[in-house]
Amino acid sequence: MIQHLIVLPIVLPLVVGIILLRGRGGATRPKRIIGVTATVLLVAISIALVAQAASGEVTYYALGDWQPPFGIVMVLDRLSALMVLLTSLLALGCVVFACGGDDEQGSNFHGLFQWQLMGINGAFLTGDLFNLFVFFEVLLLASYALLMHGGGKARIQAGLHYVVLNLAGSALFLIAVGVLYGATGTLNMADMAQRLASLPAERAGLVSAGGLMLLVVFGLKAAILPLYFWLPKAYAAAPAPVAALFAIMTKVGIYAILRVYHLVFGDQAGALAALDQPWVWWLALGTLVMATLGVLSARDLRLLVAYLVLISVGTLLAGIGMRSEAATAALLFYLPHTTLVTGGLFLLAELIGKQRGKAGTRIVKGRPLYNASLLGVLFLLGGAAVAGLPPLSGAIGKALLMQAASAEQQLWLWPLLLLAGLGSLVALSRAGSTFFWRSHEGEPSGQPLAKRQLFGVTWLLAAAPLLVVLAGPVSDYAQATAEQLGEPAVHIRALLPETTDGDEA
Amino acid sequence: MESLYAVTTGVLSACGLFLTLRGRTFPVVVGLTLLSYAVNLFLFSMGGLTTDGAVIVDGPSDYADPLPQALVLTAIVIGFAMTAFAVILAMRARGDLGNDHVDGEDNREDRAS
Repeated sequence: MIQHLIVLPIVLPLVVGIILLRGRGGATRPKRIIGVTATVLLVAISIALVAQAASGEVTYYALGDWQPPFGIVMVLDRLSALMVLLTSLLALGCVVFACGGDDEQGSNFHGLFQWQLMGINGAFLTGDLFNLFVFFEVLLLASYALLMHGGGKARIQAGLHYVVLNLAGSALFLIAVGVLYGATGTLNMADMAQRLASLPAERAGLVSAGGLMLLVVFGLKAAILPLYFWLPKAYAAAPAPVAALFAIMTKVGIYAILRVYHLVFGDQAGALAALDQPWVWWLALGTLVMATLGVLSARDLRLLVAYLVLISVGTLLAGIGMRSEAATAALLFYLPHTTLVTGGLFLLAELIGKQRGKAGTRIVKGRPLYNASLLGVLFLLGGAAVAGLPPLSGAIGKALLMQAASAEQQLWLWPLLLLAGLGSLVALSRAGSTFFWRSHEGEPSGQPLAKRQLFGVTWLLAAAPLLVVLAGPVSDYAQATAEQLGEPAVHIRALLPETTDGDEA
Repeated sequence: MESLYAVTTGVLSACGLFLTLRGRTFPVVVGLTLLSYAVNLFLFSMGGLTTDGAVIVDGPSDYADPLPQALVLTAIVIGFAMTAFAVILAMRARGDLGNDHVDGEDNREDRAS
């Protein structure tokens, strides 16, 4: 059993998703129980995976026992274990929240949700470029359906843009994979990294074209500056638990950039090393600026949170753009914080909107809230964490990142990052004071909070104080992960022991 | 053969790109279809073009790379499913939004009326 652990985060959601397809009717009690149990199991599995990866050893699972570079492999290292754990923690909050009623708005919510998890986990674990494409498609297909869960004009319209853009992105992904295969003759990332070291000079142009095309695709997923325009509308229109789960989707793009440009285009690639770095650094700073403007101009809480996701994308990508071990460690500390907290804020926005009747999540004067004090405290917690105020986790992540910047980079990063924090703070305090203080006279409206929904929100927002308490171990793990990423040779040797030995001999 | 192949792929992707950038959902769907054809052809050629070669390794010199053929099959299946989904979505958008413009509203028609 233990040797199959690596493939379980993919197989479990697949099987559970198929089981949940039985009966098209709305969400019934057994479906909810199955969905939540599977997600709890996923959390347990991913904790075991983190424990396995924490030793620093790179392990892999060869499907059908076809050894790399020929077979399909799932690779587990510290980074992928961290991402899978993060996904499962986020998913647990989302799925419990959805059991509070959102899953009844359309059919097959829980099945699609599990398949979405399968795609995300697969993308984090795969060691093969073409399988990365396949898992991207799996997670996208599920996300198309989830985005439009419940229907409605806004969702259909945002969904159409999202689908068309991603289909075009998939076409580009395939072209890039094709170019890279044509030039290197392999799709296994470790093998490709090895072959790039001895690449004939006339093929270097082809490989860099393929590599940069991949950056466009990953940038579209991560929502980097010229490719982010789909994100705010889609995230604001999606049902709350889906929008919260989508908080990890941009991180799939960020993970892919980290993985491909550290492993394949790592130091051993010679002139092709760090192909992405100049692009990512400047575009990340641009993303930060645009996202801050977006946050300040948002007139709806959900749109505001969607722009907060963009700020976090800009911050993380700036960390990638710095390309130093300290910066990678800092961004890996910031990543769990921002994913869980923005996810929690999406859920919180839904709760606030429900209690305000017609005004919904629009930032206008509305009726007083039924649970004003409880929601207010949660909003304060989430807002302070996401804006990066001490003593919560956002402040630590940002401080680490700013510390990691070199003198020249500090000149750009410090003002932009701090202004982004200030912008979020201004926008969030305006939204919060409108919601909780500037209400009409009269009786509070809405129903009391459902316990499940409250659990989902607290589960995710609890990350902010918890990551402060656990800052020591988490940053140690992040540091170790960054070290591991900086040594692609170890990764390659773990996957391809024979060929590397042959080269040395 | 190489130049014919390259021109075909190029023309298909150019037409696909042009149609994808149109304002109505039908040309967009057709454009995506053309784009996926172009991509499939391109993928097919990435192992190098061989004529009369065996599909499976049949000696060191004369064989066609089997991997791209497996990949293109995957890509075709995924592309086909995606196109079907996009068609249904476009029809749903036409029904729900009342017109087939990708932005859900056609400004030219508004001005005319």
